[in-house]
Amino acid sequence: MADFLLELGLEEIPARMIAGAEAELGRRMGDLLSRERLLDMGVTVTTYSTPRRLAVRVEGLVAAQPDAEERLVGPSWAIGFKDGVPGPAAIAFAKKAGVEVSAIEKITNPKGEYLGATVLRKGRTTADLLAAELPKEVLSIYWAKNMYWRAGKPERFVRPLRWLVALLDSEVIPLEIAGISAGNETRGHRILHGDWPVEISSPATYLDALRSAFVEGDVVARRHTIRKALDRVTRAITETAGARWREDEALVETVVHLTEWPTVLYGSFEAEYLSLPEEVLVTVMRDHQKYFAVEDKSGKLAPYFLTVLNTQVDEEGQAIIRHGNERVLRSRFKDAQFFWETDQKIPLAARVDLLKSVTFQKELGSYAWKTEGNLRVAKALASTVKERGHVVFDEAALIKAVELAKTDLTAELVKEFTELQGIVGGLYARAQGLGEPVAAAIYSQYTPAATDDAIPVTVEGQLLGLADRIHTIVAMFGIGNAPTGSKDPFALRRAANAVIKILAESSLPLSVSDLLMAAGCEDRSVTVFLTERLSFYLKDVRGFAYDVVAAVLAADSDDVRDAIARAEALSTVRGSEDFLAISAAFRRIKNIVRQATESGEQFGPINLIPSALVQPEARALLIASADLLIRVAELRQRHDYATAFEAIATLRPTVDAFFDKVMVMAPEPELRAARLALIQSILDGFSGIADFSEIVVS
Amino acid sequence: MPSAQSPTAPVAQAPLTFQELLFRLQSFWAERGCVLQQPYDVEVGAGTMSPETFLRVLGPKPYRVGYAQPSRRPADGRYGENPNRLFKHTQFQLILKPPPVNVQELYLESLTAIGIDLSRHDLKFEEDNWEWPAGGAWGVGWQVMLDGLEITQFTYFQQCGGLDLDPICAELTYGLERIAAFLQDADSIYDIVWARDPQTGTEVTYGDVRLAEEVQFSVYNFEFADVTKLWDHFRLYEEEAKSLIDQANALFKQEGADPVTKRRFPLLAAYELALKCSHLFNLLDARGAISVTERVGVIGRIRNLAVGVARAYAIQQAA
Repeated sequence: MADFLLELGLEEIPARMIAGAEAELGRRMGDLLSRERLLDMGVTVTTYSTPRRLAVRVEGLVAAQPDAEERLVGPSWAIGFKDGVPGPAAIAFAKKAGVEVSAIEKITNPKGEYLGATVLRKGRTTADLLAAELPKEVLSIYWAKNMYWRAGKPERFVRPLRWLVALLDSEVIPLEIAGISAGNETRGHRILHGDWPVEISSPATYLDALRSAFVEGDVVARRHTIRKALDRVTRAITETAGARWREDEALVETVVHLTEWPTVLYGSFEAEYLSLPEEVLVTVMRDHQKYFAVEDKSGKLAPYFLTVLNTQVDEEGQAIIRHGNERVLRSRFKDAQFFWETDQKIPLAARVDLLKSVTFQKELGSYAWKTEGNLRVAKALASTVKERGHVVFDEAALIKAVELAKTDLTAELVKEFTELQGIVGGLYARAQGLGEPVAAAIYSQYTPAATDDAIPVTVEGQLLGLADRIHTIVAMFGIGNAPTGSKDPFALRRAANAVIKILAESSLPLSVSDLLMAAGCEDRSVTVFLTERLSFYLKDVRGFAYDVVAAVLAADSDDVRDAIARAEALSTVRGSEDFLAISAAFRRIKNIVRQATESGEQFGPINLIPSALVQPEARALLIASADLLIRVAELRQRHDYATAFEAIATLRPTVDAFFDKVMVMAPEPELRAARLALIQSILDGFSGIADFSEIVVS
Repeated sequence: MPSAQSPTAPVAQAPLTFQELLFRLQSFWAERGCVLQQPYDVEVGAGTMSPETFLRVLGPKPYRVGYAQPSRRPADGRYGENPNRLFKHTQFQLILKPPPVNVQELYLESLTAIGIDLSRHDLKFEEDNWEWPAGGAWGVGWQVMLDGLEITQFTYFQQCGGLDLDPICAELTYGLERIAAFLQDADSIYDIVWARDPQTGTEVTYGDVRLAEEVQFSVYNFEFADVTKLWDHFRLYEEEAKSLIDQANALFKQEGADPVTKRRFPLLAAYELALKCSHLFNLLDARGAISVTERVGVIGRIRNLAVGVARAYAIQQAA
């Protein structure tokens, strides 16, 4: 049983790419070993990484591939041997197989008799095999962005490879990647250990060897160290009672992958900056400086921050580093404060004209153009919502919000911190006394950004969000920028997901076609696009089964909340035996009707003459289905889909009996037409709720 | 500390003045085989735009060069009122072509040489991929963070002038004002000590040297620059640059063209004209004179000039 270690020594890998690459290295190693039959019982593959290295350790390898017997089959026996004498074909085959002619066997199979040979393939040693296969595996690792660095551009990787460790037990294997030969020496922390090489005597001592050189190679341990240190250091902030650091999982991950030997330090800033909105302070600390915010026990921001260092230093060093970080933060906060104050000198209302100089999209125009478009759509939506009467909102506030929604793009604060678009607009609107409905709508215009974000809370915010996004989608489709396969450079899918989410989770009496009409869109492909996003929402966000979604959307994909209600009801009944049987029956009906139509049969409601449906089972089905259709229509009016589906399931015995006893494709044309018309009427009658033929029996 | 320090660059006693900082960096890199050039004397927005970088990185010839480069960015002017932002800041630009295998370690040594004791600071290499679309140039690399402050852009160029580079180069761009303010712990760039008289100890600050320039050029760039004339200049320079590039291409295509004539062709002059266009664009932009629909087009025109020069230059070098 052998133990193998591979370490790729690199220049700093972008933090965002490390986890994926580490996992891929482990997978590739596992697949390679399995393919080459090098795995022993109880094998484990473990990966490690720091910004400067990717490593994988395999315990439980065999030292060499097992020998294998291979059966080769050659030309037919008759060609090879004539009267027991080997001919040229046999000699050639023997040569190719590497055996003596006398060792040729006769293989008999259903196709006849053939020349055969049993060849012993000696297993390669693990060392040789890894040395041969690893370069290709490593250089195939996917990187979102890579580079070449050697003359002649022989290979590309995320960053230049600088050293390589490849140990099989305590032996270095003869591996070479990108011009670097493997050895048993790694490098420690640049500063804390310096340039002296660190010898690794065996794979088992890898992590300890790294630790002795101030590198924590285990990501889990590093994450744990960071979290514990964040806790501990925050406790030292005694001036704020009950201080705690604000949880930020994504930031923790980032700093895990920015450090080889993390320690934590806290710093402070002048309390006057707390008069700036939290959103601004946190964006500066988190996005620009990778600091953790600190809050008091009521959750309010405290004038402190935590920074994760890639080193450990004595007290003097801590003071120096704290001072440096505080300087940077102070100057950023000063800038933010300056922008906040200067921006307010030009209120949002006075910035509307400035939007003429801000590009929305080079072929479509400026944000002034966009605002005009948004206003048209928003006014149309507002008028539709008002007509339908259920939902109350402040139309004047909506219009004002739409007019001013994009003006914050001209503000210095947003130019500096672009991720604060919308938010800053909302904050300025509030500060400038434009009223809460206007401010809230502007503030939330870009949410939901991700599928688990909430939709805007206010109706004005929801309408602004819908108008803005649908206008963009329609305009982009109009100039040929619809998303394709893997390309969606204008994030139209994200915009459409948000549209669907708002329709689904608000109480707005709006359908997809209402939105398209408000946007003046007659392009069917936009409808198709939005239906696809609705399908995604129902499956990925709401968790409905794919066949339930297909059944529901085939009937109607325009009213989002109605589709959800139908999907919910259908999901509840779809397991029942009756329902599965009905679905099967509907599938059958659909097929019969389709085939009949294709072979030119003519039939329709006009053929539903009771005198042509004399058989009791046909009669019964006619009566039962007619009753049911009325009943289901009533239930549908009340959106009581659960009961509707249950009712439909009760048709089962009647349908089963019909198919049992009645031949739909009767030879008599009148009977045939009547029977086809009957089953088609059942199909049509329920098709407004769901296409049951889509339900799959698992 | 294991890493050796250069014998001619002892750790400073007092923090370096602005000009000592420049001396030290220049000495450090000169000792490692770099040609020290002067700043390019035509307006540029970054050290990368100087032909010492833009053109020297093309082609196979190895090169190592370092130079200070005052970099003009009209839109960044703040009338001398912002303690951290300048219309013209000074970069120390370094090109190592091809990059040595220990380029990162050399960079860290340069920090030690300017008085930064790395054992007392937090240093990180954070992903940052630089690009200059108007120059058809981009690379892959990092911003180097020191105690939360970005002090250097470290880039492995991949393309320049729209051409793949082989060999590539490493570009190190140090932000001198930032580093000086960091070393001197100055709250405002204008308070940085630029020079100290060795006899009297009299200090001259950055503000003494440059404040007036910052103020007056902010006024000019935002308020006085004549937009019509700027466009006129742009068109004139653009036409001339295009004409030169076309003539170069025609010459290089000629069968049996005299090699000396080819080598003498003033592509460097064509490049300067392109730089003029680039600076004029920046001025027009600061004046708010580039409309939404014009912007991409104008950048494209500058790119055509830069890429045109780069291509012709590559041919000229190979001839």
